[in-house]
Amino acid sequence: MSAMTARFDSTATYVAGEDLIVAVNAAVALERPLLVKGEPGTGKTVLAQEVAASLGLPLLTWHVKSTTKAQQGLYEYDAVARLRDSQLGWEKVHDIANYIVKGRLWEAFENEGGAVLLIDEIDKADLEFPNDLLLELDRMEFFVHETQQTVRAEKRPIVLITSNNEKELPDAFLRRCFFHYIQFPDGATMAAIVRAHFPDLHKDLLNEALGLFFGLRDVPGLKKRPSTSELLDWMRLLVIEHVEPERLRETAAESQVPPYVGSMVKNEQDMERLAQWLGSRGWSR
Amino acid sequence: MFLDLFFDLRAAGVPVTIGEYFALAGAMEKGVAEYDVEQFYYLARASLCADERQLDRFDRVFAAWFERMEAIEDPFQAVPPEWLEKMADRFFTEEEKAKIREMGGFRELLETLRKRLEEQGERHEGGSKWIGTGGTSPYGAYGYNPAGIRIGQSGSRHRRAVKVWDRREFRDFDGDVELGTRQMKLALRRLRKFTREGAADELDLDATIERTARNAGYLDLAHRPERKNRVRVLLLLDVGGSMDDHVGLVEQLFSAARSEFSSLETFYFHNCLYERVWRTNGRRRGGMLDTYELMRTYGPDHRVVLVGDASMGMYEITEPGGSVEHWNEESGQAWMLRLLRRYERAAWINPVRDDFWDYTGSIDLIRRLMGGRMYPLSLSGLEAATAELRS
Repeated sequence: MSAMTARFDSTATYVAGEDLIVAVNAAVALERPLLVKGEPGTGKTVLAQEVAASLGLPLLTWHVKSTTKAQQGLYEYDAVARLRDSQLGWEKVHDIANYIVKGRLWEAFENEGGAVLLIDEIDKADLEFPNDLLLELDRMEFFVHETQQTVRAEKRPIVLITSNNEKELPDAFLRRCFFHYIQFPDGATMAAIVRAHFPDLHKDLLNEALGLFFGLRDVPGLKKRPSTSELLDWMRLLVIEHVEPERLRETAAESQVPPYVGSMVKNEQDMERLAQWLGSRGWSR
Repeated sequence: MFLDLFFDLRAAGVPVTIGEYFALAGAMEKGVAEYDVEQFYYLARASLCADERQLDRFDRVFAAWFERMEAIEDPFQAVPPEWLEKMADRFFTEEEKAKIREMGGFRELLETLRKRLEEQGERHEGGSKWIGTGGTSPYGAYGYNPAGIRIGQSGSRHRRAVKVWDRREFRDFDGDVELGTRQMKLALRRLRKFTREGAADELDLDATIERTARNAGYLDLAHRPERKNRVRVLLLLDVGGSMDDHVGLVEQLFSAARSEFSSLETFYFHNCLYERVWRTNGRRRGGMLDTYELMRTYGPDHRVVLVGDASMGMYEITEPGGSVEHWNEESGQAWMLRLLRRYERAAWINPVRDDFWDYTGSIDLIRRLMGGRMYPLSLSGLEAATAELRS
């Protein structure tokens, strides 16, 4: 058994479940990508930052958009810049390597001592995108046609991939990844998470706020249920504005909409739905 | 012993492969999870299960497997080797078998299989008698999938099972059976049609070269608007009765492929198109829309996709007042033709298998009304439909 150099664990600001820790460590040990899914706002992206920090590696983030091509992660050949330079008669135009722009994957491969590469929201891209990256992620190498060189990772980077489930990922891709689904935290875990961010928070305020938060999540028919990041925003507001726990308790007792609810409920229809629900049923606690 | 888990998962329909199994073994070797059942569970889950929809199934299999692991005693009994081979046949495709051999693990794998059979055999009374008695599985007590027993059964039944399995596998490649939504989405994707609209912010390389050449070799950049998807789809679904399952599938399919279209509007009808359509599939009175209104609202550049089994009485199509639900002033046929005059590009997707179409008069009639543009709900059918709609 080889000794594991570094292990990922919960940190002061990031509360990770045991299952997540095991999944991350398995991905680190076997150098296979880790695919992380879960409701928006459950800390998928933050996870990469925390993993990078706890392993002491640099974090490279590749934000995927609907227009992103797999090739852009490897490299791009800036033909226009070269054409322009040739017009100006610059010396560097003779070496094509000057016009190869490195992508995130290349940068991660190049980093001595390894790196953490976050491929964020892979499901945003085209359906074929994951397939186009299969070989590169498997072998951690690729070929640059323009310069006839092979780029190979000296130390395989730790690859974290997040998905919001907008598209289904191909089986061949899934088979190459470890998989973890971040579940929505339960009350106790959520309390721990809030505490990690607001160490001085009063216990009563935390309890009241969490009660309202989970009550809000239970309102049926909401388009976007508030998640961890929204709760933290809301808590920040409550703290800044010195909202007393009594105020929240009154809110709950009188079936009112909680103060600064705009940081948790973010569209008009949901707001109407919430008001209507509270009018007829009140807070279920 | 982890091989048990692997086989159990496969038997329960979780698509694990040898590669993932080796990942689990590798992680165990590296000491990711040591001497801790819970950690092992998390590790197994992370490596063997790649879809949250299967997590629950994984949990159940894991629980059954774990219970069995705890109950195992020390057994020994000879098992005829051909059973093992049959079992291997049952679980692996040729490709996978080759892979196992390549990894040098087939013998070891068989060895473990053998051991397992020994364990199971011993735990059952009477040793050799457990095979196929009254169809109750010797593994049943341990929560093992019933498919497993067939190794012990006399040839024919086992072989038949394998054949059925093989055939289905084969038909998948054929492209004529319903396939996973991903493949369907890929088919629907061909509907995309790009046109250039909006601000010129993309470099037009060909035009740049041409203008540069005209400009005596000095660079002259040309830009053009970005290509955008301009396909609008009007989806009309037959709801009520036997169609509901299929309609659900099609609806999911199109809304999942939503990003491939510039707009997607869904309406519902029952059996045949008449003077009104519904906005929701509950077909409530309030959510109705006049079909004329529909045709006025959505321009002729929309592509119309009708989904229905087209199986009804002929009079429901041909006669005024033929509808089973209400009094229609004009026949369904008239409405269909009106719709098709308005929308040049249309296709009817029929979940009924196409080899049955000739035997139902109404299907044949609708197909003639559509000018032959009726397609089965299969991969090849969808591809043909998208090709038609694209043109």
